[in-house]
Amino acid sequence: MELNAKIPPGPLKDKWSFYKDHAKLVNPANRKKMDVIVVGTGLAGSAAAASLAEMGYNVKSFCFQDSARRAHSVAAQGGVNAAKNYKNDGDSVYRMFYDTIKGGDFRSREANVYRLAECSAQLIDQAVAQGVPFGREYGGYLNNRSFGGVQVSRTFYARGQTGQQLLLGSYQALMRQVAAKTVKLYTRHEMLDVVVVDGKARGVIVRNLDTGEIERHSAHTVILATGGFGKIYYLSTLAMGCNASAIWRAHKKGALMACPSWTQVHPTSLPQSGDYQSKLTLMSESLRNDGRIWVPLKPSENRKPNDIPESERDYYLERRYPAFGNLAPRDISSRAAKERIDAGFGVGPQKNAVYLDFSKAIKEHGKGRIKEKYGNLFDMYRKITATDAYVEPMMISPAAHFSMGGLWVDYELMTTIPGLFALGEANFADHGANRLGANSLLQACVDGYFIAPYTVSNYLAGEIKSERLSTDHQAFIDAEVQVRAQLSKLLEINGTKTADYYHKTLGKLLYDYCGLSRSKDGLIHAIAEIKKIREDFYKDLKVPGGDDEMNGELEKAGRIGDYLEVAELMCLDALTRDESCGAHFREEYQTPEGEALRNDEKFCFVSAWKWRGEGQEELLIPEPLHFENVELAVRSYK
Amino acid sequence: MKLYLKIWRQSDAASEGKLVDYELDNVIPHMSFLEMMDTLNEQLVLKGDRPVEFDHDCREGICGQCGMMINGQAHGPIANLTTCQLHMREFKDGDTIYVEPFRALAFPIKRDLRVDRSAFDRIIMAGGFVSVNTGQAPEANGIPITHEQAESAFDSAACIGCGACVATCKNSSAALFTSAKISHLAKLPQGKMESRKRVLSMVKQMDDENFGHCTNTEACEVECPQQISVLNIARMNWEYSISSVLKK
Repeated sequence: MELNAKIPPGPLKDKWSFYKDHAKLVNPANRKKMDVIVVGTGLAGSAAAASLAEMGYNVKSFCFQDSARRAHSVAAQGGVNAAKNYKNDGDSVYRMFYDTIKGGDFRSREANVYRLAECSAQLIDQAVAQGVPFGREYGGYLNNRSFGGVQVSRTFYARGQTGQQLLLGSYQALMRQVAAKTVKLYTRHEMLDVVVVDGKARGVIVRNLDTGEIERHSAHTVILATGGFGKIYYLSTLAMGCNASAIWRAHKKGALMACPSWTQVHPTSLPQSGDYQSKLTLMSESLRNDGRIWVPLKPSENRKPNDIPESERDYYLERRYPAFGNLAPRDISSRAAKERIDAGFGVGPQKNAVYLDFSKAIKEHGKGRIKEKYGNLFDMYRKITATDAYVEPMMISPAAHFSMGGLWVDYELMTTIPGLFALGEANFADHGANRLGANSLLQACVDGYFIAPYTVSNYLAGEIKSERLSTDHQAFIDAEVQVRAQLSKLLEINGTKTADYYHKTLGKLLYDYCGLSRSKDGLIHAIAEIKKIREDFYKDLKVPGGDDEMNGELEKAGRIGDYLEVAELMCLDALTRDESCGAHFREEYQTPEGEALRNDEKFCFVSAWKWRGEGQEELLIPEPLHFENVELAVRSYK
Repeated sequence: MKLYLKIWRQSDAASEGKLVDYELDNVIPHMSFLEMMDTLNEQLVLKGDRPVEFDHDCREGICGQCGMMINGQAHGPIANLTTCQLHMREFKDGDTIYVEPFRALAFPIKRDLRVDRSAFDRIIMAGGFVSVNTGQAPEANGIPITHEQAESAFDSAACIGCGACVATCKNSSAALFTSAKISHLAKLPQGKMESRKRVLSMVKQMDDENFGHCTNTEACEVECPQQISVLNIARMNWEYSISSVLKK
């Protein structure tokens, strides 16, 4: 099987225009005869559902939350990047493209990344028109802040709640279409399978989480915008319900998974305080604009942070990466923190954190200005830790955050199943081996608002002769039987351990062996352990209640069953990549200074994985990456 | 700490519910309230009992999914905080805690502590948006908006839609929720154009959903995790009056 990314011809800067000029169209009279299913109502999902409905397609939109407004895009804090160059600081589409390619450690497609940068300006226009209250200067024009891994200010923000405000914009656009009856919205519905007919995605099987009812829905195309799966680590910055089930079940139906082990570990989350903990709260990266990161020079320091004099502090990011300092990219910042913590310089009761200190910024700009920029983050910090960060430095620690990997998609964001698209964090496309801050909101929005309307139409143009499919079709019956069998299997085990027990066990294993640093031996060990955990899961899990009613434990068990398979593929993916790149740091491949050592000769490709059935090792299908516009450089932030 | 919990259990909308007693040992002050509930549920599952169903997702105070009445207060004893951000250090060893679902006619109970807040979505559907399609937007800096105006619009737009305002109001009024969206959009030039039509249709929807009237007790502002101001309600009433008069 050869992977064809379908990159349009022509120079880099003209590829997207070329695509748009040549994409097939569906005339307005035909659009209303075509049904589109969109799973997920985060930024990518709601933007795609609203935009396609505005065009005249019949859309069905699904989310597991009780309202479309609660999808986890809501929690993104810091901002959204766009190459508007409002700051006149030398920004351009090309520079944004280059920063993103470099930030991803040269493991993403040039054409995709360029398109992301190209569409970024339009997204800001769209959001402002929807009423997103971005931060503004006193003259009335839009303001920007800086983010990690770049030397310009191109990040637009709405205090520390940018994701919330962007999502409310797309949610409102979605609800407008629901009111216009062009979208039928199904909240509290979880997708449990994709239905494939004659090789094409033609529908989904979903479970109504309030009643337990299993439903079949057919369409001409299915779009998955179901987010990332960082929650596989159990402790993460993600919401409790975030999961891999939709993309994993699509994977088992034939969609390839790409680079599943590339997980971003965010450097500025709150540290773990105990075993009961269910999540790690993120503190926006934007704080690194004004906060300085340090640890004591002396190991096992017991003095309070404010009692440690300047001369006994190690501002390790400023020391190691003077050009970017506290704004070094996330993978590098997280690894540097882990290095100091592992070497015994960690702070806090569990010695698992580093300080993020605002005293210099408060002295220079005044408390008022800092409060205006980050007030809600300082409030959140106080609510969770009962500490005033205006007076004492914050304590932060790395936490699993974003999945760069996901379903393999071509330039059209279509998976290897024709008619099945993957948008936003659910796909692998744009971030390479490390995502730059404030690019995730951007990618989700751009995929949903600006790419899907063209590429989905291009696909549907070839389907106008295909009739609406009855859900009595054998493929729907078979898929439903399988879904029901899976649910019964979980209920029938009746063992002695909870779903959360397995999730926590798996999460810890992944942090230890497939987290910030990985090694061959560790990964081999982890794969063997995961198999054991999975075996035990199907022998000793306990799920009370039935499948014909609301049952939160059953929902969790289903997701964890999938995670136990995803985890094995993650480790296999990490094991077969004998290099370090971005977030993927293999201990065997590093420079004498401890920096990641890429191997462009052997590993300049995307690892796409094909499911071959229960108990069989997945097949690696590499998609070579071709760089025609940038030179593969050693990524330096020094 | 040891806690005595009295938790509302109800198997579905049609059944009768009741408070059930639970005792929980080894509660750690650093736990969040929801982590305390997780701990209880873990024990219930291991005993073969049904765990308590409760709404939650992001657990960082922004998705608006969590929410329960804790000792009779929406989101518990601390003002302007979501349930997920409430920590057990606010309680004492030996405390008895009453945990009930958000109470309002417009929020029917689904199971245990989960309620149906889809009425909020229908209020937004009635006009809580700017009628702009993808692709129609002009250049973002084309219309300057003062810093103060943008900040003030943000203050209204910050609502997370949790429903604490309704649950805490003796009239179960959704005035704070509805007015926050009306104000957010009316304060910006992009939303101003439709503001007259919007306020009439959103207020009508709010009434149709069986929310009560606002009698200015301002209890909602006290519980609102985003500290949405009751001045939004004043603005809604003002917009409503003008729009009603000018409708003819």
